[in-house]
Amino acid sequence: MKVLVCISNVPDTTSKINFVEGDTRFDTNGVQFIINPNDEFGLTRAIWLQQQQQAEVTVLTVGDASCEPILRKCLAIGAQKALRIDTTATDGFAVAQEIAAHCKETSYDLIITGRESIDYNGGMVGGILTGLLGVGFVTNCISLEIENGTATLAREIDGGKENLTAQLPLVIGAQKGLVEEDDLIIPNMRGIMQARQKPLNVLAAQKNTPKSQVSKFEKPQPKGPVKLVAEDQLDELINLLHNEAKVI
Amino acid sequence: MSVLIFAEAEKGTLKKVGFEVASYGRALADLRCEPLIAVTINTNNVDALAQYGVDQIVQIQDDSLDIFSAQRYAQVIAQVAQQKAAKLVVLSSTADGRYMAPLVSVILDAGYASNVVALPSATAPLEVKRSCFTNKAFSHTTLSGETNIIGLANNSFGLHEKPSQPVIETLELTLDPDPVQSTSVEKVTGKVAIADADIVVSGGRGLKGPENWHLIEDLAETLGAATACSKPVSDMGWRPHSEHVGQTGKPVASNLYIAIGVSGAIQHLAGINASKVKVVINNDPEAPFFKAADYGVVGDAFKVVPELTEKLKAFKSQTH
Repeated sequence: MKVLVCISNVPDTTSKINFVEGDTRFDTNGVQFIINPNDEFGLTRAIWLQQQQQAEVTVLTVGDASCEPILRKCLAIGAQKALRIDTTATDGFAVAQEIAAHCKETSYDLIITGRESIDYNGGMVGGILTGLLGVGFVTNCISLEIENGTATLAREIDGGKENLTAQLPLVIGAQKGLVEEDDLIIPNMRGIMQARQKPLNVLAAQKNTPKSQVSKFEKPQPKGPVKLVAEDQLDELINLLHNEAKVI
Repeated sequence: MSVLIFAEAEKGTLKKVGFEVASYGRALADLRCEPLIAVTINTNNVDALAQYGVDQIVQIQDDSLDIFSAQRYAQVIAQVAQQKAAKLVVLSSTADGRYMAPLVSVILDAGYASNVVALPSATAPLEVKRSCFTNKAFSHTTLSGETNIIGLANNSFGLHEKPSQPVIETLELTLDPDPVQSTSVEKVTGKVAIADADIVVSGGRGLKGPENWHLIEDLAETLGAATACSKPVSDMGWRPHSEHVGQTGKPVASNLYIAIGVSGAIQHLAGINASKVKVVINNDPEAPFFKAADYGVVGDAFKVVPELTEKLKAFKSQTH
């Protein structure tokens, strides 16, 4: 079984978000980049498939050379191969087209993306990839078992979960629940050393056609100070929520 | 040319989010001087869309669509968009809406922006404002497809009534099968889902243990609210993961978010920031949540929350 895990290089969850060049570009100064958390849940599940069902796990990112440290980290976690498609990730459509072009050349049984990246929050690469490849798709995936080419899955829905089955090949959008936070693999020294010997290949980009472009970023308006209510004045809190905020 | 919306229903009845998408679609259609068309699937009360300015309703009745299928629903929306020459399609940000949207975009070769929070600032080219960096920023994004899809962020536009007299037509479509089959749906009954909730009551580590969750549940029940929790609480197993809200958990865009014993880590605040009014109850006046909240009570949750619940019960019995 061949598994591809698509990885996005994103700012650490604690990063301060600032913009430069007239608010047209994200300020990477002093920002630590990490594996997109949703992708990392998917990668961990893929490593379990490798350990338990001899899956071959390849990780892939679309981006420039600055993304290579997180690919090395994926190799240290346990992926066998890494690929980088050498182009700037412009929008979700273009990224999905690049991944689809690779998947048409090298077929995979299971392709894992995160349900969304925590920077652009597009939530579209997995679905568009699915459409371009004409295969099945389950996003918000919180459970996955594979036996004899059939996947049994669950996805989170509003107010519960849905159980599903599908034949491989399949694309899933991973999130927390597919594995738990405690299951995430912290690379050990042996893994880090091995990762240096594993292949990290750079592929040339195909022709892609972005369908969106960010013209400007904007930070939310700073909000006013909190209105404090004394703990023995809770009637006042109810009054404020009812008459001022009008939410109860 | 037209603007097309998909009005989502649950068990044959339109959801509130369907009316919000209709309200947004109406305003968008007015900007473009085009008719607003709604497509519904196996929905009984389509007449209700007349409150929100829909000009035409395309009703799909097909028993095989009783169970949601992302690929088949996407085909329905795409085929109707093609038949009606819709160059703009508006979908919701429910779990199902976000699942379908990219699939529709491939069929229509359309541009797609998710998490859109306002009407477009320009229509040619189409420029939308969407939230990104998990609510820590917005981007102004230009969509350049010949057809484009807007995923409207939940609770961002609200409901705007504008009565109309829609023409209703029924359409039969031929759909390809979905390689993914649903086997069962497990819904938590008797509780308000976080995604549908106007009010969310959330608990953090300050509650000291799962045995104290009745404080959260009683307050939530009084307000008709959903219950939620912070990441440490779900990681420690006090509450199920489905209640975890924040950057890696569920996003919240409620009208009122009440955080009890939640310190307000940056990842938690990012996930709930789209909520309109935030209240914090915490015994630590230095908790970062006080900087993000609109109203705050510095005090002991074990004393404040039961008292607040009692007072709210009295308030509710007076006003109803």
